[in-house]
Amino acid sequence: MAVPGNEDATLDPHSAQSGDPIDNPGLPAHRPRPTDIDRAAEKRAERQVAGMFGLATLCALLFGVAYFTLDIGEDPDTFLGLGASNLALGLALGLALLLIGVGAVQWARKLMSDHEIVEMRHPVASSEEDRTATLAALRQGTDDSGIARRPLIRNSLLGAVAALGIPAVLPLRDLGPLPGTVLEETVWKPGMRVVNDVSGLAIKPAQIQVGQLVNAEPAVFFARDEEGEPLLEGPALQAAKVKAAVILVKIEPEQINALPARADWGVEGILCYSKICTHVGCPISLYEQQTRHVLCPCHQSTFDLADNAKVLFGPAARPLPQLPIGLDDQGYLVATSGFQEPVGPSFWERGDR
Amino acid sequence: MRKLSARLSARLSAGRRRRVAGLVVVASALLLTGGTYAVLSPATAQDDLAADAALVDRGRELFLVGCSSCHGKNAEGIMTSDGTQYGPSLVGVGAAAVDFQVGTGRMPLAQPGVQAPKKDALYTPEETRALAAYVASLGPGPAIPEETKYDLEEVDEEGIVRGGQFFLTNCTACHNFAGAGGALPEGKYAPSLSGVAPKAMYEAMLTGPQQMPVFSDQVITPEDKENVIAYVKSLEEEPSYGGFALGSYGPVAEGMFAWLLGIGALVGFAVWIGANSVRSKKGTKA
Repeated sequence: MAVPGNEDATLDPHSAQSGDPIDNPGLPAHRPRPTDIDRAAEKRAERQVAGMFGLATLCALLFGVAYFTLDIGEDPDTFLGLGASNLALGLALGLALLLIGVGAVQWARKLMSDHEIVEMRHPVASSEEDRTATLAALRQGTDDSGIARRPLIRNSLLGAVAALGIPAVLPLRDLGPLPGTVLEETVWKPGMRVVNDVSGLAIKPAQIQVGQLVNAEPAVFFARDEEGEPLLEGPALQAAKVKAAVILVKIEPEQINALPARADWGVEGILCYSKICTHVGCPISLYEQQTRHVLCPCHQSTFDLADNAKVLFGPAARPLPQLPIGLDDQGYLVATSGFQEPVGPSFWERGDR
Repeated sequence: MRKLSARLSARLSAGRRRRVAGLVVVASALLLTGGTYAVLSPATAQDDLAADAALVDRGRELFLVGCSSCHGKNAEGIMTSDGTQYGPSLVGVGAAAVDFQVGTGRMPLAQPGVQAPKKDALYTPEETRALAAYVASLGPGPAIPEETKYDLEEVDEEGIVRGGQFFLTNCTACHNFAGAGGALPEGKYAPSLSGVAPKAMYEAMLTGPQQMPVFSDQVITPEDKENVIAYVKSLEEEPSYGGFALGSYGPVAEGMFAWLLGIGALVGFAVWIGANSVRSKKGTKA
């Protein structure tokens, strides 16, 4: 019994095939399903499938109803603390798709023909005639075009195609220029005030208590030019911010274990560190005031701020860079220099620094 | 008009010549400076709680019974023999810290642990007030904030947005973007902010309880603290438009839901599709 459109397949694997390596491979006998022999079961399965498709239609209609009746405006409706519109649209569409799928599976399992089919393997290579015909056509094409007889045309064509490499490769230059020293510089410079993030308020040492954390920024982010426009805004501000954000903490001076070169980098126990994790650059301000550890919320790198931000745990490879701070003539906290090493994650050109 | 001012300046200059005039000027300048300082100085001065001697005495009695076993009989703190802190000194922590720790039930501790959990308050508000008065009398520290400092009625939408910016900058690292709280090392945690009283939030920012850093009134101003609290409260009222928030814990909870329930359901369907359907034993009819 052949399968229409597939001459290699047969509907009855239990009968002996011509050319079969094994006469009877021992397949279990085909057994009918209840729906194959019981008319009532067949009708019931049919009703189930049609019922699911019908319900899917109903859900699709409900989607339309919910779309027009439930509010998504300024004050959306809520149902059990959830957005009624989103909930109804999602449930209706989800159920419609699910019921179509489940109905189709049920249809296939219960009602579609489930006779086992055997399909024979056949060689992958083309037939001998096809191969000779293709080679003949190719040969005729070479002869007709005369490409073998006219080397001038062949070589100039090869040259033209090779020259197409120029327009293909040249625009890649626009991926550059290389960042240069941009990654090693921040907007911090000597004398720039350290101000509170968001509010931009300048900070005096007396305003910070032991155990305090201040998420701070360089004052230039809040500076305005003569016309009242911000000096930095938009992408330029964001690009500067991802490198220049800092945290200020105040630690009892006797608990600070500063490197000799950093002895005067703080003011009355107030230390300033980069807020950018040296692992992959997450903003890091999860500060435990009693242990004086700051943690990165992304991968749990832990730094000891009382000990030059030494890495205690986690994947970060180097301590958080410290910003030397002092006081200006009005008594506000200022940077006494820029960062003395690149902030943030490692990059190729940074080397071992 | 000119005549009047001329006469006035004549009288003033006559006064200036008197011998006591210098004294009066110096005294009034001193008074003015001192008064201005008293009004504008950082709010580390004690409030009137510590001035109420009866309340301080009552607080001291309560303290000796309930707190001194860890914090010492004079709240000077107790160190263990290996140099770790058994109970910290309370000198200078201020009334706000007592009101927060005792008012939210964190103190007295039920048992030693990495962190004092929030529980039902053991002391009545009057007793808490007496304890706060006693601790405030030990040394200057932040006072219990007045109700006007966390009056959320007066915060408009702009204030809530500004509070949100402060919240995202200063609070989300530990307390999560929705204030749902989060884990810290070694079993410590940042508690959920849902349902926390505005006063407790204000006091926590002011005093930095346990591992939480201090956010002093000079750096995060009282108005900005009020805005932050209003923002946190607005989060509580925010319905979850996108569906179940799963505790607002973010990718961890959502990932677990997707992997266990979502992919679990898909595996279930795959098993159903591939399973052999029921076969009849009656033999073939077709």
